[in-house]
Amino acid sequence: MNDSPDINPTRRGLLVSGALTATAAAIPAVATAQTSGATSGAAATTPAPVQNKVALRVNGQRYEMDVDTRTTLLDLLREHLHLTGTKKGCDQGQCGACTVIVDGRRINSCLSLAVMHEGAEVTTIEGLGTPQKMHPMQAAFVKHDGYQCGYCTPGQICSAVAVLDEIKRGVPSHVTGDLNAQPLLSIDELRERMSGNICRCGAYSNIIDAITEVAGGNVAGGKA
Amino acid sequence: MKAFTYQRATTPAEAAAAAAKIPGARFIAGGTNLLDLMKLEIETPPHLVDVNGLGLDKIEATPEGGLRIGALARNSDLASDARVRKDYAVLSRALLAGASAQLRNKATTAGNLLQRTRCPYFYDTYQPCNKRQPGSGCSAIGGYTRGHAIVGQSEFCIATHPSDMAVAMQLLDAGVETVKPDGSKRVIPIADFYRLPGGTPHIENTLASGELITAVTLPKPLGGKHYYRKVRDRASYAFALVSVAAVVQPDGSGRVALGGVAHRPWRVPAAEQQMRNGAKATVDQLLAGARTTEENAFKIPLVERTLGAIMAEARKS
Repeated sequence: MNDSPDINPTRRGLLVSGALTATAAAIPAVATAQTSGATSGAAATTPAPVQNKVALRVNGQRYEMDVDTRTTLLDLLREHLHLTGTKKGCDQGQCGACTVIVDGRRINSCLSLAVMHEGAEVTTIEGLGTPQKMHPMQAAFVKHDGYQCGYCTPGQICSAVAVLDEIKRGVPSHVTGDLNAQPLLSIDELRERMSGNICRCGAYSNIIDAITEVAGGNVAGGKA
Repeated sequence: MKAFTYQRATTPAEAAAAAAKIPGARFIAGGTNLLDLMKLEIETPPHLVDVNGLGLDKIEATPEGGLRIGALARNSDLASDARVRKDYAVLSRALLAGASAQLRNKATTAGNLLQRTRCPYFYDTYQPCNKRQPGSGCSAIGGYTRGHAIVGQSEFCIATHPSDMAVAMQLLDAGVETVKPDGSKRVIPIADFYRLPGGTPHIENTLASGELITAVTLPKPLGGKHYYRKVRDRASYAFALVSVAAVVQPDGSGRVALGGVAHRPWRVPAAEQQMRNGAKATVDQLLAGARTTEENAFKIPLVERTLGAIMAEARKS
């Protein structure tokens, strides 16, 4: 394969060309429907795409662009800005792989439209640290083996950084015993607060170890 | 997802008028439920009115001694509000029992009230569903009904309301403040807000077309001990099989509302008169006339035991 310079053998290349083929195949079908009076119903259910402006900051850099109104914040990050650290898992808010921090709060970027984030400040895994200069949470995940395949990891790390901030700000959780006291930094609290991030490899106990280390190690409930 | 046009509204009245102008238009705030449904083309609005810029996110004390919660107050902010934690703990607990932290950071008070059922047949666009496509039939009836309604259901729909927050709002006698497309305002008592499915399960509440929720009000605090017990298949991040919200006073009297059993949060004032007589007497009235299937009959004893556990804890401490 290395001696075939005209062929792009990467998986990403194949996926992109596959997607283009699918789009090309779909266009004549739509065109036919629109020109045929008998199938005007089909044309009516396929409204034309709409573009809208959005300006926001991602990892400190300002972007202003026109996007299809259907574009999720996740797709904006991955497909338009090519920040592919943020992952698309379930695309329906159940797995947490797409977790990013917007205006200081973690959200599922798959369940939010890009156009709803006019003026927002978004931090993705790329904005937390770099391979040369890792965020302490990234370094702790490496040290404690807080992953196996790594697909959920960027979402886990963004979530974990936000968890420690939420506890510091006194945000209660489902397992907080006394709603009117400062929430404890405990294993139960960390587990509950991380429940929106699924890891199908099952690295949960190592993830808790990593968060515990960044929290200063003084986590009630001992080793997870 | 179907394409749609989009606008950012700047005042509540403008938002309501804009939504009324285009048939099928929807408001979008957090979007955590609507976008999910749009991706599956269960919802196909031709136009979205973004209400995030309306500034309706404040939580303020009312002259009556209660709270006025802006429609856009995020679930996480409402659960964390010091006044809610202290005086309306059942609401804080209900919110914290729902969804994940990421979703609570985005989901709003009004959006939570308006979230749609998680009935799997509603989500499966290959199956008939009267709620999704009126008149097509109900696939849940005769199907797998473990999670479905046991009271208030009809021959057209047996779906449950998924919200935890709404159960607490029902318990607390909240009021839903709205603005209509003509600019007029009203307050809908939460007891009159949700509808039972009857023959029109696609109509879930008493809002008019284009009517926008601007706030939810709470009367002055009830005192007593506050409980929200949610029983589910996982310890976190799952919808309720049943949930029990209760406020118990020192003499054993109080209020109780249920989630996971009906098309709306379930509360029967007459049943609350029985609270001093124990969980069985209360639940006998609360779930009087219940119709269960083999798969969901467990919900009746589960409600009774959950309320019994709450009452025991209230007596203990």
